[in-house]
Amino acid sequence: MNYFPDEVIEHVFDFVVSHRDRNSISLVCKSWHKIERLSRKEVFIGNCYAINPERLIGRFPCLKSLTLKGKPHFADFNLVPHEWGGFVLPWIEALARSRVGLEELRLKRMVVTDESLELLSRSFANFKSLVLVSCEGFTTDGLASIAANCRQLRELDLQENEIDDHRGQWLNCFPDSCTTLISLNFACLKGETNVAALERLVARSPNLKSLKLNRAVPLDALARLMSCAPQLVDLGVGSYENEPDPESFAKLMTAIEKCMSLRSLSGFLEVAPLCLPAFYPICQNLISLNLSYAAEIQGNHLIKLIQLCKRLQRLWILDSIGDKGLAVVAATCKELQELRVFPSDVHGEEDNNAAVTEVGLVAISAGCPKLHSILYFCKQMTNAALIAVAKNCPNFIRFRLCILEPHKPDHITSQSLDEGFGAIVQACKGLRRLSVSGLLTDQVFLYIGMYAEQLEMLSIAFAGDTDKGMLYVLNGCKKMRKLEIRDSPFGNAALLADVGRYETMRSLWMSSCEVTLGGCKRLAQNSPRLNVEIINENENNRMEQNEEDEREKVDKLYLYRTVVGTRKDAPPYVRIL
Amino acid sequence: MITELEMGKGESELELGLGLSLGGGTAAKIGKSGGGGAWGERGRLLTAKDFPSVGSKRAADSASHAGSSPPRSSQVVGWPPIGSHRMNSLVNNQATKSAREEEEAGKKKVKDDEPKDVTKKVNGKVQVGFIKVNMDGVAIGRKVDLNAHSSYENLAQTLEDMFFRTNPGTVGLTSQFTKPLRLLDGSSEFVLTYEDKEGDWMLVGDVPWRMFINSVKRLRVMKTSEANGLAARNQEPNERQRKQPV
Repeated sequence: MNYFPDEVIEHVFDFVVSHRDRNSISLVCKSWHKIERLSRKEVFIGNCYAINPERLIGRFPCLKSLTLKGKPHFADFNLVPHEWGGFVLPWIEALARSRVGLEELRLKRMVVTDESLELLSRSFANFKSLVLVSCEGFTTDGLASIAANCRQLRELDLQENEIDDHRGQWLNCFPDSCTTLISLNFACLKGETNVAALERLVARSPNLKSLKLNRAVPLDALARLMSCAPQLVDLGVGSYENEPDPESFAKLMTAIEKCMSLRSLSGFLEVAPLCLPAFYPICQNLISLNLSYAAEIQGNHLIKLIQLCKRLQRLWILDSIGDKGLAVVAATCKELQELRVFPSDVHGEEDNNAAVTEVGLVAISAGCPKLHSILYFCKQMTNAALIAVAKNCPNFIRFRLCILEPHKPDHITSQSLDEGFGAIVQACKGLRRLSVSGLLTDQVFLYIGMYAEQLEMLSIAFAGDTDKGMLYVLNGCKKMRKLEIRDSPFGNAALLADVGRYETMRSLWMSSCEVTLGGCKRLAQNSPRLNVEIINENENNRMEQNEEDEREKVDKLYLYRTVVGTRKDAPPYVRIL
Repeated sequence: MITELEMGKGESELELGLGLSLGGGTAAKIGKSGGGGAWGERGRLLTAKDFPSVGSKRAADSASHAGSSPPRSSQVVGWPPIGSHRMNSLVNNQATKSAREEEEAGKKKVKDDEPKDVTKKVNGKVQVGFIKVNMDGVAIGRKVDLNAHSSYENLAQTLEDMFFRTNPGTVGLTSQFTKPLRLLDGSSEFVLTYEDKEGDWMLVGDVPWRMFINSVKRLRVMKTSEANGLAARNQEPNERQRKQPV
């Protein structure tokens, strides 16, 4: 029973923005459910196969913004074959058919085609924002449709997608009347860019706040662009060539000095370090700096730059910064909240003594009291360091440590790293995301199950001894939503211990583990609300076997909860039990 | 007994043996490994000592590998966990960097035809990274990192591992060895072909490795019976026909 008219309740609901809170509201009573669903503007779907477009539109007919995620996380590392799924076209078709007033579409790890982009661009008159992260399947022709047809476009944000660059003139396709752009990011495009068209576009976009260029935009063009857009807040530098002439450099400096609103800097895809000083004047204003693609900036140049960035909250960097560089970060960036250190030498060809170690990690934890998110790739670690980090930084929400060599123990004591990670989960009571690595036994999972009460996402690779490890986690971490495991000795006993558990989670991924076909079949048998997918890549093997061997180990298992049953678009090598 | 790899052989004598590509890409490093690590060796039965600890629980035992580097994380599929976009960018940078280092050191790396304009490569965009590989009869395409390979032999070995191993994700003692593919010498059921920047399909192995990786767009392991009409070995370029991929 409501004490207020619906309109009032709806108005109150307008202040509730987070989708989790809105989900909770909708469970209170039928009346609230109805009011909520008719007023919901933004919908987030973490797994596009958990629901279908028809049911989405049926429940939320007034939606304006849709976020969809497709492939599982390990697809980022080439563990999911290309044609697995995650197609966006059916969604766009359904939304267009139902005349939903779509204004914003955000996709992650989905397959997007030029056809879908074309349909998108023609179907929604008020479409304003397209964000594509780690997607694939489209070309610059699709971008041209978006540019040409979306009259209200404010945001086109392409992050780390695989786009076939036809070297066309997609930038030319923005009509002269398009002046509404706020954000344009095409850093991931590999081909040539029509710089003149870009300059004209930037010149007629007074609201442009975020601009991220690709490799093809050279230094002198950058200077002109920045002169046109001194209001920029977020800039991605593309190509920053070798040894600019003094005149170009001077022009760049002048342009940069005017950009007093600049808070975020990224890119530097090809850099001559001597150009960096042009940016010194604005470093003191920066809160975000992403140099993780800038392999050419090293040593002193980097340190000089960072020493000026006293307000930095987010830093993404390569491990060539070294422990010394991290010490500088620790001394300078007292506001730092998020740090990501990526490896610069993946093939391990160089004996890189300058790369980061546990020393750098401890320094950061000691110097940056506000640190809550870290992703750290390194070659070695110790329990002592992790224990120190836990003591210094009990506020971690995300802790992802990747020791490059699988099974590597504490390099001083040669013991497993169970105690180190144990200290982290015990101290960091708010930990929501954890990735573990190095030599680990079942013990670390005992700790995780015992202490990581808020943990929602856990990534495990080359760890554990027996099924007990996985069981500790499943039994202990009540808030677990996404569990992904590879190359660890967990089998059917762990998988089948509590089948109902998986309906409380978004998904489970297990690859190169000990689960068998028989185990997966048993799991799928009484679980109509779970899709249990077996991905078996070696087709040659499959075709030779006439009878199935239930004892055969499953290469890749991906299971997820769903209310719409088996999907129809799976390729032949994906078997849904 | 370990026999030494005969360094004098040119690329025309590439052959695939039973050896697993444990240190894939180390053909160029054999000289550095001292006495122990002839990882490019073929035709020798490998013992447990030869297998790195990837996928097993033993800690890396570098002492037994006589100076060669510990098992490299890049040998495992999907490891380290770096997004492919970032990975491609990394390998491009490394390739550019090593090309530049070579130029500075002033040495000629291989005897075959080096493109005359080396500076172009230094400043040029080395857009090689993961490229797609398809095999006739196999539904799933794969991707292979060209920059992790230094020769046709390495590449062929990796492709063999990829398409013919029972459990491609891990190295293990129980993997079945199937018949070696012999992709490069024309004696097997399959040949290795590639599509170049102009869209032509060619047999792999005819041009110097460097030239190959700069022009290859994607690979296809084709049935020999279907490969008629592709440029045969040692044919003049103007005699080559265009072949549309089936």
